[in-house]
Amino acid sequence: MKRVELIDISKSYDKQSNVISNINVTIEPGEFFVLVGPSGCGKSTMLRMIAGLEDITGGTLKIGDIEVNDLPPSKRDLSMVFQNYALYPHLSVEDNIQFGLHVKKVDKKERAKRTSEVAEMLGLTDYLKRKPRELSGGQRQRVALARAIVTEAPICLMDEPLSNLDAKLRAHMRSEIRQIQRRLGITMIYVTHDQIEAMTMGDRIMILHEGSIQQIGKPIDIYNNPANPFVATFIGSPPMNLATGVGDKIMSTIRLSDSIVIPIPTADAHYLTEQIIVGIRPEHIKAATKETVEKDKFIVEVSNVEILGNETIFTFLLNGESWQVKWSGQWQIEIGDNIPLMMNYESFCFFDSETKKIIKTPSDVENHVFGKEVFV
Amino acid sequence: MRVWKKLILYFLLIVTSIIMFFPIIYAFMISFMTGGEILSGKLLPSTFSLDNYVKVFDRLPLFNYLINSFVVSLGVMLGQLVVCSLAAYAFVFISFKGRDFIFFLFISTMMIPWEATMIPNFFTIQKLDWINTYQGMTLPFFALAFGTFLLRQHFKTIPKELHEASQIAGLSKFGFFFRVVLPVSKTSLVTLGAYGFLTTWNMYLWPLLVTTNNSVRTVQIGLKQLQSQEVATEWGVVMAGVIVVIIPTLLLLFLGQKQLQKGLTQGALK
Repeated sequence: MKRVELIDISKSYDKQSNVISNINVTIEPGEFFVLVGPSGCGKSTMLRMIAGLEDITGGTLKIGDIEVNDLPPSKRDLSMVFQNYALYPHLSVEDNIQFGLHVKKVDKKERAKRTSEVAEMLGLTDYLKRKPRELSGGQRQRVALARAIVTEAPICLMDEPLSNLDAKLRAHMRSEIRQIQRRLGITMIYVTHDQIEAMTMGDRIMILHEGSIQQIGKPIDIYNNPANPFVATFIGSPPMNLATGVGDKIMSTIRLSDSIVIPIPTADAHYLTEQIIVGIRPEHIKAATKETVEKDKFIVEVSNVEILGNETIFTFLLNGESWQVKWSGQWQIEIGDNIPLMMNYESFCFFDSETKKIIKTPSDVENHVFGKEVFV
Repeated sequence: MRVWKKLILYFLLIVTSIIMFFPIIYAFMISFMTGGEILSGKLLPSTFSLDNYVKVFDRLPLFNYLINSFVVSLGVMLGQLVVCSLAAYAFVFISFKGRDFIFFLFISTMMIPWEATMIPNFFTIQKLDWINTYQGMTLPFFALAFGTFLLRQHFKTIPKELHEASQIAGLSKFGFFFRVVLPVSKTSLVTLGAYGFLTTWNMYLWPLLVTTNNSVRTVQIGLKQLQSQEVATEWGVVMAGVIVVIIPTLLLLFLGQKQLQKGLTQGALK
């Protein structure tokens, strides 16, 4: 199991503008590291640079403390799973799995042993003689996985491996890949555009946008403490609601709209600037109750409702932007209803409107992690 | 209504296929007729005698010609497959400066008729002292722009991830060519092989130019010889020769077709 170190990595195709710049990150041995970002953010390019399929135009890439910038892919001791699986159509499943071993001149007995082990692990034993075209999408995906695992390379790269599967299978493969990675202890670098995959699979995730790092950290830390508005809206479903507020130093409030005004405690008076980006997660917007003080209440008109069995998501418009609210349970809400809501000051995120950096993180206790001692 | 439509369709199909196939059927029939029967314009021979076939093998070293044709056709076919597939591989999987330009230059040679290059080619072969040799008859046809184009188009459909996967597996450039590209492109290779074999088999002018004796001559020259040997051509014998010459081509076509169909259905199922 090896460490992968990216030092000041950058990539440029035309030698003038960088598509990726200033990437500094160390991926620890045995870690499940997820690169996530919208399409075109450079995450696949980065993975391909680690694999050696793209040249690195600046910076140093180290695998296991050795600089590998100029090594060809085969010398970097890694395996890779592609989005379209890249199975050899003319070879049977068995030959596909063994292909790499054959090339590396592993002897025949060892080859057969490893293949049957891996096939068993992934439930492919019955399909070994079939051709890839005779398999379903999920089975092909497993063959691609088997081909990567069988080489016993310490590092495995995956480029959106689940995006061709249907939703149910995807959820299943997510946990399967995660379990295999834990069992074998391989260093995994996983690229996806799906924030759910990133949240559920990664030990740590890196969010990329337009070729630069937005934030690196544990999924839950990123969720609770997004570094900037981009991360705040990218991670979480539905995304965090954002609006630009106007600080009022005399009244000590931040005004979001005509009806919504957030009172600021005197200790936090430094947030009262001309413009500030205010964010709140959909689940932190509460229904106003009888006990709610009149000035905390605000009434909104519902423009869309989605009931997902055990939770209800509805949308309202705030300054022309649609905001979403997520409550657990089945709520009898109709489009056009006027609903009184309230928001706790503790739940807000504030972002600086110029630097886009976070300046206040939500400090709500109710949403925070339970310690293990809670369970009896 | 539907029955009528079908009837008309089949009627048309039968008529056109008869028109298409008539010359070959007629040649087949003539090959069994005597001289008198041919001149009287009969369509069917009175008896199916094999006299003409015996005569054709008597009069010409037809068997030698057949072997020569086989050697030359197979040689050209294999040569074309090797040269074209390697060239196409370079044009698809190896990126070098000016690749597209060179490719278009390469393709543009398709515009030059073969006859225009015949004289320089002849001088080259003559200077190499390759008159009356197999290499003289085959080598000029190895580099085929059409074949390279055909294979390049097929190679381009191979997903680049396959290339990358084999790079990560540690396969060399030639290894990838040999173990992935060629097996995956079997269909196109068969097509090109059949095409190369048939065109060479039917070639007349070039073999005539570079041969001066019977040692390496091919069947097509033999057929011509049958016509001109006598004052009045014995058409029965000529047609017997033609039928003998057609058989290998037909065989190849049938075999190739089966392979082709297999390849096509394989491709359709992804």
